[in-house]
Amino acid sequence: MIGVKSAERHPLDAIIRADRMPHIWCPGCGIGIVMRCYAQAILDSGLPADQHVVVSGIGCSGRVAGYMNIDSYHTTHGRAIPFAVGIKLAKPELMTTVFSGDGDLAAIGGNHLIHAARRNVDVNVICVNNFNYGMTGGQVGPTTPRGARGTTAPYGNPELPFNLPYLLAAAGANFVARWTTIHVRQIRDDILYAFTRPGFTFIEVLAPCPVGFGKSNNIDDGLEEMELYRQRCVLVQDGDVNQDDLNIDLREETPIYIGRFADRDRPPYEAIRVVTS
Amino acid sequence: MDDRRVLTGKHFMNGDEACAEGALAAGCSFFGGYPITPSTEIAEHLARRMPEIGAVFIQMEDELASMAAILGASAAGSRSMTATSGPGLSLMLENLGLAVMLEIPCVVVDVQRGSPSTGLPTMPGQSDVMQARWGSHGDYEIVAYSPWSVQEMFDLTILAFNVADRYRTPVVMLCDEVVGHMIERLEIPPRDQIEIWNRKKPKKSNNGRYDPFKVLDPDLVPPMMHAGEDYRVHFTGLTHDEHGYPDMSAETHHELVTRLVNKINHNTEQLIRTESYWLDDAEIVVVAYGCTARSAQRAVREAREEGIPAGLLRLISIWPFPENLFQELGVKAETIIAAEMNLGQISREIQRVIGRPVQGIYHAGGEMIPPDTILEAIREAAQ
Amino acid sequence: MRVYDRTPLDISEILIPRGQVYLIPDRCKGCEVCVHFCPQDVLTISDERNAKGYRIPMVTNGQAHECVNCEFCTLVCPEFAIFTLPLENSQDG
Repeated sequence: MIGVKSAERHPLDAIIRADRMPHIWCPGCGIGIVMRCYAQAILDSGLPADQHVVVSGIGCSGRVAGYMNIDSYHTTHGRAIPFAVGIKLAKPELMTTVFSGDGDLAAIGGNHLIHAARRNVDVNVICVNNFNYGMTGGQVGPTTPRGARGTTAPYGNPELPFNLPYLLAAAGANFVARWTTIHVRQIRDDILYAFTRPGFTFIEVLAPCPVGFGKSNNIDDGLEEMELYRQRCVLVQDGDVNQDDLNIDLREETPIYIGRFADRDRPPYEAIRVVTS
Repeated sequence: MDDRRVLTGKHFMNGDEACAEGALAAGCSFFGGYPITPSTEIAEHLARRMPEIGAVFIQMEDELASMAAILGASAAGSRSMTATSGPGLSLMLENLGLAVMLEIPCVVVDVQRGSPSTGLPTMPGQSDVMQARWGSHGDYEIVAYSPWSVQEMFDLTILAFNVADRYRTPVVMLCDEVVGHMIERLEIPPRDQIEIWNRKKPKKSNNGRYDPFKVLDPDLVPPMMHAGEDYRVHFTGLTHDEHGYPDMSAETHHELVTRLVNKINHNTEQLIRTESYWLDDAEIVVVAYGCTARSAQRAVREAREEGIPAGLLRLISIWPFPENLFQELGVKAETIIAAEMNLGQISREIQRVIGRPVQGIYHAGGEMIPPDTILEAIREAAQ
Repeated sequence: MRVYDRTPLDISEILIPRGQVYLIPDRCKGCEVCVHFCPQDVLTISDERNAKGYRIPMVTNGQAHECVNCEFCTLVCPEFAIFTLPLENSQDG
């Protein structure tokens, strides 16, 4: 190899809207990484791209819909999941994935999140958790760790955050996993796995947000946050971990547990068919 | 399975059920709703009927989810509907705006009750007229129909689906609790006599690229591309160009919003429906809609029997508002009396168009306006 | 050529992959994640800036042959900018 060769096309350009690159996310932002894993999983899924649909909500993570070269719907704040449920029930042959952020899915969208998990509708959810509302400038959200700062919590977040894997497992999702943006192979593998699992699947990916979150919390850039993940992540086997352990606190050197937390066979939602004589 | 979709024949059923049967006859294949008095019977009826014909019924967790779900289903190709009342419509307004922006056809049935707030859940009202028109943020036009009989609950629901599909717009059914709960005769025609207007289908574009918001026809309606048909569309609630891509420019925004508004405004002739009784030589015109029109019809008939030159204009479509018709009436008629079960919502529109005051018979809701009240007002105006 | 303390018997059969690094320069945002996480220390951030003003990665001097096409930079780049492809001739040793 000589040096870095300049290229004009990327191997994934067919599945992304290359005419819209470069995308809007900040340097060091983790959303692009998760999108890449999702794009790769679509290509590796064995399903033609026109059978995949992505639905997103509002926020930086929600912008993924605009960059994927598949049928994509960028809907209202928090309502991506019921929109996706409508698509899936109207056309069950479509592989329907919701790609959105922690605020969109767990705050305003929280009710839809838990009900879709309860119903176990055959929809995949990829939740990029960067611990804040990034698009609007770094406000705290339902997953902001206690004590972390945000523009609406200048003295430190007084609230306890959601523990999303625990929440989703309790609500009834068939498959729940948590990774971070350095776990690129595992993310792609689990998205592929989620495609094959009937019922509701939820993959949380912890991601850096250097401008929204890192800046207020002494994390200089995306790279530093990813290095933090590398140092503190502990892989859980068989998902057997205490609820409290799944909490994330960035102030202390507590481990961040990642891995698969639920993988089961609750019956997926099926629309009723009645045959009358 | 499909042959139970259209229950051709004579029936005796309540308005809500007739509306549900109208939806099925129109080809509705997705209902996502939430129970709310007085529309719950629509959901209950469809919960029983839709599984019989292979259509999807789902009770969502709230009205916000219901509205989102019907948009998703419609985006994937289904004729979809939800049913609610005033408070539920308030919750649906944000996604009503999404339906306008994404130009996704759908039908929202609002069986109105006493409002505001929790109000009178089991009693009629007509006070969502302005909410249907202006409730969501931004500039937009809405189409809304107001049935006055069980038969119209059936017929207008079919029209609502047709208009929604043809013009790629949400359509609101502004019903009221009286018409929703009353039981009358309904005649369901044979299936082949039911007119269906389909969604415009895309033709292949030149460069092999499909632009979901590119308008080629003078009616300003772009063809509809559904999920899973290999168009690789992008639909966003952000201001977008014809590719569907977000375009944050003032120019594109003005162009887009203007087109969405004109899409309805330029096609009002196909959308407006009214009915007139004794209007030709009327000097006193009563304007009414929904259940109030039934009282008004009797009042006007009795006034005529007393020799008073009264007439009735019944609004079947509330929105778009029939401006031209009122401009004529404003000149012809000496007095216009608006009878409505709200504190003057349609009256404002009439006054705006005719440039002079309208006499109002208003009631905030709860009970039908009795014919005698209207008759009294006609008699007074005649003096 | 690699030097081993004891030469493996199957050394002629085992081929260590080699990779060529590619970059779409104007997509790069200089986040340096590829540089930092490359297991073979192939990359460094250069002084060259792309059209947006970001410093883009380059191959470190002397590290040209160390890329084994592990594809980690490919997988972890958020910008769809950097990727590796297998070099035509993989060589052992």
